[in-house]
Order: sequence, then structure tokens, then C-alpha cells
Amino acid sequence: MAYYRRGSSADAMARGMGWFSLGFGAAELVAGRGIARWLGMEQHTGLIRAYGVREITAGVGLLAMGDPKPWMWARVAGDVLDIATLATGLNDDNPRRRNVELALGAVAVATALDVLGSGMLHREEEEALTPPHDYSDRSGLPRAPDAMRGSAKDAPIPDELRTPKILQFHPIGMG
Amino acid sequence: MRALVWHGTADIRCDTVPDPGLEHPRDAIVKVTSCAICGSDLHLYDHFMPGMEKGDIMGHEFMGEVVEVGSEAKSALKVGERVVVPFTIWCGDCDQCKRGNYSVCERSNRNKATADKLFGHTTAGLFGYTHLTGGYAGGQAEYVRVPFADRTHVKIPSGLSDEQVLFLGDIFPTGWQAAAQCDIQPTDTVAVWGCGPVGQMTIRSALLLGAKQVIAIDRVPERLSMAKAGGAVTINFAEESVVERLNELTDGKGPEKCIDAVGMEAHATATLDSLYDRAKQALMLESDRAHVLREMIYVCRPAGTLSVPGVYGGLIDKFPFGMSMNKGLTWRMGQTNVNRWTDDLLNRIQEGQIDPSFVITHTVGLDQGPEMYKTFRDKQDGCIKVVLKP
Repeated sequence: MAYYRRGSSADAMARGMGWFSLGFGAAELVAGRGIARWLGMEQHTGLIRAYGVREITAGVGLLAMGDPKPWMWARVAGDVLDIATLATGLNDDNPRRRNVELALGAVAVATALDVLGSGMLHREEEEALTPPHDYSDRSGLPRAPDAMRGSAKDAPIPDELRTPKILQFHPIGMG
Repeated sequence: MRALVWHGTADIRCDTVPDPGLEHPRDAIVKVTSCAICGSDLHLYDHFMPGMEKGDIMGHEFMGEVVEVGSEAKSALKVGERVVVPFTIWCGDCDQCKRGNYSVCERSNRNKATADKLFGHTTAGLFGYTHLTGGYAGGQAEYVRVPFADRTHVKIPSGLSDEQVLFLGDIFPTGWQAAAQCDIQPTDTVAVWGCGPVGQMTIRSALLLGAKQVIAIDRVPERLSMAKAGGAVTINFAEESVVERLNELTDGKGPEKCIDAVGMEAHATATLDSLYDRAKQALMLESDRAHVLREMIYVCRPAGTLSVPGVYGGLIDKFPFGMSMNKGLTWRMGQTNVNRWTDDLLNRIQEGQIDPSFVITHTVGLDQGPEMYKTFRDKQDGCIKVVLKP
């Protein structure tokens, strides 16, 4: 089973990218035409909306599907697709070429964060390969647990904490 | 003196602060010899509990030596006596204290008006646990002022180490109460969610109180190994289905008693409700993540009992109360009435029936406290329980 640790800095980064994916994916889906116009690439409106679905899928994967590593790498692959798509808008005929350059810069930053986050997750897994601490000798009890079972059944428990007889599960006469 | 001081989210520092002094004739000053970081301190560290202010001194699990006693506490305490200080401050005179409900003492919360507004009626004052419970300075410090000290203490006889008795101030009676209020019967299966320090104490308490079977649920391997050492059957929720395993282990009937030793920061693997909770928590629309409560309601045997020692701070959502009502479940919960249990538990420690020091994995100086908060929160280095030596 793949290792990951909820609450670690790598996990926090993965979840951060997950939320970003959800937000950005929703924006691509809802405002795909506006984004395409801003880039001067109206012919790619459908593609941008499809990329929105891809982003949302990655976001859900990162936030809810356990091990985030495959989803981080899926984001990296998506970043490559984004760069390839944006590169087609870098021609001199595009009056919005400057916007495409800005978008490429933003995707480059996101790609760097995705690669960094993936690396952190893998390093965390490697560190975790060291065997866990073994506390199997820490019972806190003077004898084996089975021998200690019920040793405190005489404990002074107030009546108001007792279960009403009708709600007790053991057969009448036991206990 | 030196103390661990809250400065904001994940920002606790070992600062130099003014020494405490007597403020009331029932006060005492205790020189702290040992204190611990409690799992519920992490809710403050992560800033999920409202009511903290910069400069607040942390800590509610501590013990030490009495160095100063107010005039009205002298009949009960003497300078030089060794005491564990319970985290719930109690007056001993109000209606609730007379009933043994010390955790809802009506007089010890000096910010009663605020608590009345928030909870409807005030609960007890607590050490180092927000201004909603009095804003009292905590015990992760060299010295601490103990209000209502003539009541709020457990005297420790000689011959017992700090490590053996320190947890009488919180996690041992908390785990014990969690099990005791289930009224465990010899035929009962008791399922315990969370194998942190309170969970470990709960597991052993349930065993000693005679449960037929104790099942411990977590995903941290070292915590599961410690739970197994205490006699529990373990379920690693990252590797297997909790619902399926619990049904297997109970002939399809479900555990009769379920205990939530996790509280408001539940982690779950790939569940829709945990994603929902995280989203709402991030948007500040929900304060607590209720995955364990939902799962307990679902798996518990009808007419069973749910016990909640885990700390919750405010609002939860998507709570299947209809399921709970229709199954006729009994809920038992609350902060621990520490002194209700401590005489009996101290006897059990003295008799050797249990040694709570088994749970300690790290012992460091107070100045290393801030980094140990992170280690404990992130479950690094096999950390289960940290003891600090001021």
C-alpha cells in the first residue's frame, strides 16, 4: 500500500494544489470562451473546457482519493498539455500573444510547484520506509492482557452512569 | 519564568514571562516538575478552537510541588506537598460539584458571561484552554497558579514517579471515564476510534473493566502496535474497511459500545464526508470534522452506547441524527470529571494494576516544547506522548 501522511507539509501542498485544481477547473469550465478570447485562441474553447474537467478530476483525486502522488503526477502531465496548447498561440499573427506569454509563465510556476510537491511526497514515502517504532512491549499491565481482563470490574462507578437493565445486552443473571 | 506561549496557528514559543502569584485566598502556586502535551492541545496549536489570545500559556496536564498556599487553602494543602493538578478547575461548593460533575463546575470559569452566551450555561474553568474556559494560564511552565487549590489537586504519596502519576491529571481519568460511562458488561465488544494517548488509556480501561473484546481503530502502525499490546484487536482504516471488519468481529451485530477518542480533527481515507468536512472547515462554515461520530452511529449495535471523550469545539454538519434516534443509541460525553476517578485510579497505580507511563515516547526539556508540538501533531518519530521537564 502506498504511503502518505495526512497533515504533513507535503500533504498540505498536495491538498493546496487540489483546491487550486478545483477552482481553476471550475473557471475553465464556466468561462472557457472568455479565457479562449483573452488568449486570442477562440478555436480552442472546447479544449479549454475539457481541460477544466481534467483539472476538477485531479482536484477531487488529490483531496479525496487517498494517496495523492498519482494525482500530482497527473497534474504534471496536464501542465505539459497546457504548455503544448499555449505554445500554439505564440505566433506573430495572434494579437493576444502577450497574454499567452503571461499564461505560459503561470503554468510554468504551477508545473514547478507540482514537480516539487510530487518530489516531497516521494521523499516522505522513502523516509517512511524505515520500520515503524515497535511498541508491542508497552502494555502498561503487569500480566498478559487476557489475564488482566475484568481486574477492575469492582470499580466504583456511580449508579447514574450505569446502563438501564432494559438496555443491557448480556443475558439476565450475567455480569 | 519560562513557559510555552501561544502566538498563533502552529506558533508556540518558549518565552520568558512573569512569575504567577496568589490572586485569591484559595489559590496555590505549584512549581511544575513534569507536564505533558495533550492531544487536545493540538486543537489549539492548529487553531481550531476559538478563544485563544496571543500570550496565553499552554498546558493542562501537569504536576509538581506546592510552593505557596493562600490562606483559605491551607487546611487542604501544605507547602512541599506533591500534587497532580486536574485540568478541570472545581470549586467543590456549587450544585454540580456536589454531584461530582466537576467538569461543569458553575463557579470556576471566571469568564462565565462569555461561556453562558456560547454554551447556554457555563462549564468549568480549564487550565490553558482558551478564554472561553476562564483564560487561566496553563501548566507548560515552570510555575503555575492553581485556583480553588483546596479542591483542585490530587495529592501524590511518595514512592511513585512523576511518570507513573502525571496522567492522573487528564488522559488516564479521561480514558477511564470514557469506558466507565459505557457501563461495560462482560459480553460487550468495545470499539475505540483513535489510538493516541487517550485512546490507549481507554483501551486498557475497557479491558480492566471487563470487556469481552476491545477493538482499536487507527492507521498509524506504532499506535496500533501499542494498542495491540494493551489487548486490543486492531483495525488499520487505511488498509481495511472499518465497517466490514467490525461486523466480522461482532457476528454482524456491531459493537455494543463505541468510543470516540479522536475528536474534532478526524482524518479519514477517501471518504466523501471527510472531503465535505475539509471543504466546509476551510471555508469556516464548520469547525469540527465529524467522520468518527458518523461512523460510530452507523456501526453501533442498536440500543448501544456511544461515548465521546474526544474534544469537539463547535459546529458539525451532515450529522445522521435520525439514524441515532431510530437505533435508540445512548450518548455519553463531556469533559472529564477528573477528581471523581482519581482516588480509585491512584490506588490502582499503587497496587501495580496499571502503569500509565507505558504511553510516554518522548521526554524533553521545556525549551524543546515548540518543536515537540510539531513532532506530536505530525506523528513523527513514533511520537505518541510527550513529557516536558521544566
